[in-house]
Amino acid sequence: MTTAPAQAGWRFRQPSVIPGFGLTLGFSLAYLTLIILIPLSGLVWRSAALGWTDFWAIVADRRTLNALKISFGTAFIAAAVNVVFGTIVAWVLVRYRFPGRRIADAMVDLPFALPTAVAGIALTTLYAPNGWIGQLLMPLGIKVAYTPLGIVVALVFIGLPFVVRTVQPIMEEIDREVEEAAASLGASRFQIITRVLFPGLAPAIITGFALAFARGVGEYGSVIFIAGNLPFKSEIAPLLIVIRLEEYNYEAATAIAAIMLALSFVMLLVVNLAQTWSRKRYG
Amino acid sequence: MEVRVVNVRKEFELFPALHDVSLDIRSGELIALLGPSGSGKTTLLRLIAGLERPTKGAIFFGDEDASQKSIQERNVGFVFQHYALFRHMTVADNIGFGLKVRHGAARPSAQEIRRRASELLDLVQLSGLEKRYPAQLSGGQRQRVALARAMAIEPKVLLLDEPFGALDAQVRRELRRWLREIHDATGHTTVFVTHDQEEALELADRVVVMSQGRIEQVGSADEIYDIPNSPFVYNFVGESSSLPVKVEGGELWIADRPIGLSAPQGAPSGEALLYFRPHDVELLEGCSGCIAGTVAASRRVAGTRRVELEVGGERQRVEIELPVDHPAAQKSRVAFRPRRWKLFPAA
Repeated sequence: MTTAPAQAGWRFRQPSVIPGFGLTLGFSLAYLTLIILIPLSGLVWRSAALGWTDFWAIVADRRTLNALKISFGTAFIAAAVNVVFGTIVAWVLVRYRFPGRRIADAMVDLPFALPTAVAGIALTTLYAPNGWIGQLLMPLGIKVAYTPLGIVVALVFIGLPFVVRTVQPIMEEIDREVEEAAASLGASRFQIITRVLFPGLAPAIITGFALAFARGVGEYGSVIFIAGNLPFKSEIAPLLIVIRLEEYNYEAATAIAAIMLALSFVMLLVVNLAQTWSRKRYG
Repeated sequence: MEVRVVNVRKEFELFPALHDVSLDIRSGELIALLGPSGSGKTTLLRLIAGLERPTKGAIFFGDEDASQKSIQERNVGFVFQHYALFRHMTVADNIGFGLKVRHGAARPSAQEIRRRASELLDLVQLSGLEKRYPAQLSGGQRQRVALARAMAIEPKVLLLDEPFGALDAQVRRELRRWLREIHDATGHTTVFVTHDQEEALELADRVVVMSQGRIEQVGSADEIYDIPNSPFVYNFVGESSSLPVKVEGGELWIADRPIGLSAPQGAPSGEALLYFRPHDVELLEGCSGCIAGTVAASRRVAGTRRVELEVGGERQRVEIELPVDHPAAQKSRVAFRPRRWKLFPAA
């Protein structure tokens, strides 16, 4: 890092009349460096020491590629599922008054608090071929536990509160009058939802998707119990990292971690750009 | 389109918001619902729109019973106090919304919708702002867009709920004049709700004064102001003064003195309240048959002087208005007689 600023007309934009800008910015930077930047750059540093060819060999390995595909694929599907049903849950909690609403509202937060391993074991018990739900699905030829489908189920569980909690406050702010205005202009209930309400919620929904997706990519505890962890089939990238660590193969572990980091960063960046775009449009 | 409200009653969870209200609105009329908050004026407007259903009674659009129709079917233009524009749509899309959501043959082509939108923007004097988003407009501009949006569907009735309530005083005055011009140009039957009496009297062909879920009086600005038919209208619209009087032998008395006004036909003897406008009085020299009082306070209010008098043995206070340079304001004793007045039973 070079420190060119400070000279020749370069200045911080006068932020506001509230004092303490220098102090708080300094604190934020130091804090982020300590908590996020140093560990992550350590990761990049270690994998860089590996050399390009070795790095590429590890990343392009079929097992690694499959693990990455499963991790990102299941996280994407789970986030998409959560967007649909999380939005519906938020809608019900915001729009309707029914007995037990507060309890349902509190229940949404449980995946935040529950140790994810507990969730994984509980889901496995339910969805195993002889479990309560699993035995009902078995005759239909649907296997959930020990397949990628099981991973999706676990990630849906983990990601739900992220969508609900980001969409809910925005939904609460929706002005009843806007709906009434649309109705007075002749819009049907369906048109009001698709043309008026949904576009207003889009930024929040995109955020919820990003959070649920990011959480899903990094999820470990619940998935390893339900996934079955068959290489090439239901092995997620975080698990592969742990496996490599247990083999004392630190280079391979950091290489997979680095590529996950890069992919996650790119995806979150894209989501962020989409969000900025929709914010600008929908103001 | 003529609108008739017939014996409408509306309850919200058993709390009555409107008691048996009837009102005839003539086609092409600009009518104001005026009243304090909680008087039921907004409820009445929402009932006409179809945003609420009456508990009892019916609402007719022309000869058609509209009470059982949904708001979508009624084809009314509704303008909200806080604009209720669609934030994620441009001005042009907002205005075209009502046409775009139509089905089949009723829906104009995209090109036609664009043309209508820019035509309406011209009408509300916002040409060239098609591509803006509501967040980029001022309050007055947003309300104009809201009105254009409501007019785009060629509504049978235009309903405005405190349309200028969220705007500052100057913009409000400007838009008031502008709304009158638009109304005269387009001829929509228009009902608007306001708690601002100046707005109602200046803008409307007829004013409906409401209080506690009932209609107190319906009439032109002149009728409402000059011949109020209840103490409420006297108090709520314009300034008013009141004095307790006694009716005896066909004359009005304060304490033991007749005040030179003869009681109207059929007024029962006994206690009553005399209402009049502070500016509508005639000053008298000397006094045989007048209201006389000592000056207790005198204030300059814009172009007039407002004098507070103590009248009668019980020292009732009453306000009258005098010209600024009138010598009576300095005198300790002033005698007057209301020119136009009305007697109401003592509460």
